[in-house]
Amino acid sequence: MSLGGDVGLRVQDVTVELGGRRVLDEVRFELPAGTLTGLIGSNGAGKTTLMRVILGQLSPTRGAVLLPDVAGHRAVGYVPQKFLLDPDMPVRGRDLVALGLDGHRLGFPLPNRERRRRVAEILRAVGAEAVADERVGRLSGGEQQRILIAHALVSRPRLLLLDEPLANLDLRSAREVVDLLARVAREQRVAVLISAHEMNALLPAMDRVIYLADGRAACGTAEEVVRPDVLSRLYGHRVEVIRVGGRVLVIAGDSDDAEPSHPHHHDGAF
Amino acid sequence: MFSGTMPDAWIVGTMVAVVGGAIGFFVVLRGAAFAAHAIPSGSFAGAAGATLVGVSTLLGLGLFAVLGAFGIAGLSHRGRRDVGTALALVLLLGLGALFVSLSAEPASSIFALLFGEVLAVGRGELLPTAALTAVCLAALATLWRPLLLASALPEAVVGARAVTLDLAFLLLVALATTMTVPVVGTTLIFSVLVAPAATARSLAGTPGRALSLSVITALAIVWSATALAYLTEWPIGFFVGSLGAAAFLAARLGTSPARAGGSRRGSRSSAAQS
Ligand SMILES: Nc1ncnc2c1ncn2[C@@H]1O[C@H](COP(=O)(O)OP(=O)(O)OP(=O)(O)O)[C@@H](O)[C@H]1O
Ligand SMILES: [Mg+2]
Repeated sequence: MSLGGDVGLRVQDVTVELGGRRVLDEVRFELPAGTLTGLIGSNGAGKTTLMRVILGQLSPTRGAVLLPDVAGHRAVGYVPQKFLLDPDMPVRGRDLVALGLDGHRLGFPLPNRERRRRVAEILRAVGAEAVADERVGRLSGGEQQRILIAHALVSRPRLLLLDEPLANLDLRSAREVVDLLARVAREQRVAVLISAHEMNALLPAMDRVIYLADGRAACGTAEEVVRPDVLSRLYGHRVEVIRVGGRVLVIAGDSDDAEPSHPHHHDGAF
Repeated sequence: MFSGTMPDAWIVGTMVAVVGGAIGFFVVLRGAAFAAHAIPSGSFAGAAGATLVGVSTLLGLGLFAVLGAFGIAGLSHRGRRDVGTALALVLLLGLGALFVSLSAEPASSIFALLFGEVLAVGRGELLPTAALTAVCLAALATLWRPLLLASALPEAVVGARAVTLDLAFLLLVALATTMTVPVVGTTLIFSVLVAPAATARSLAGTPGRALSLSVITALAIVWSATALAYLTEWPIGFFVGSLGAAAFLAARLGTSPARAGGSRRGSRSSAAQS
């Protein structure tokens, strides 16, 4: 079963148990095409695990993942959290992006003008044109990040997963990458899912948020999810949400104050 | 030196250099120099076993090289594979020690296996070597893109596909080993399977150019070594080994990272700012 045109991904009640621990607990959400979604959670919350399930690298204990089905090219692009590019290898950013287009195909590639044009176009779109002819392993972390985004985008996927793409970027680069991804989402009708342990860099561009804590997820718009009642319930203890100058701070309250049966729980966003 | 059996030596040497240089490109890209050493060293046991039971050396070499490839793939865990490789190597070398002690082989033929004897390559090896060359080059051209991606960005290729590609690569090394060992010997395969590609990598910045330069370097090494071995009657292994090391060191010194990297970086950032 696969998805129609306006849905980029559907995750149905996915539960994952690893080493006897429940890493994801009945996670369900849907990503509309053309939107940017933040997957927010602290270290060990299950962000990478969720992405691996979506990519089919890990089968869920229960539940299912539905992906768009596009004949002829890969429908899911992925930028991993950890990657290591050997500084000495004779591979340019341009070569790596071209392999995003046809790296799965057999046979020696013949010179192809259309292939070159597509690669150049996507390199321009991510702002990595100036560094595309250097050995990719010698680029800075942020430059490599852009090359990998281009590598994932060049095959025109319907769904793009990025695992902590902002972790190595300074504030300005992070902002540029987020703007770029928001533009890509809108212009190319891609569903973009970005994981991060800190949501502020994503706030201005993010259409929706999936908040992960202890394997459980709350989904909706930032207004619906990033609230003390919703997050307290997710974490299982009191959490405060403070908004200052367009930034959001989520602070764990004193756990002694935890009140699981608090009368004012909000149910809407789960 | 172009008469008698010499033309055969030249032809076999040329094929060995082309295949070694090409497959060496991936050996270096994948950081698999140890595996590229273990497979030929392990195949030594196959050659010794073949003389023991009286079949073709090439057959024994090929069988044990393939065994070595499967052994390394099977014994290695994800990521680091040096322990698995060492284990496979030791198992095969142990067999080799047994076979050598059982057979009444003269020391000179053991020496030839270890250090090569291109000048003794005969008519009989011409056809199998040509067939192996064709298979290796065809497989390399077929797998070029998937193997390049899996080697340059292993994170992008995972699961069964990564395992299959890895095994395919090790089997290619095994095939290359089978045809290369009779020429340069098991211990000096570095000079054909690693040194040319490592030299090329320092000098060329794109996959296509590095591949071509690797093949050219391998040809230069094997041809010069064959000529020098003929003229001096010293073992070819000595020349192949020292020429390989010399090429690699020269390329390293010529492109020390501080110099090459520094100047390119400077010109790029000034262009970006203007
Ligand atoms: N193969 C595994 N076996 C056992 N536990 C695992 C395995 N893989 C992940 N885990 C556990 O699952 C939890 C979630 O891991 P995951 O990598 O998904 O976290 P994350 O949200 O990506 O964290 P980070 O922000 O640090 O990248 C962690 O507690 C981790 O220890
Ligand atoms: Mg992670």
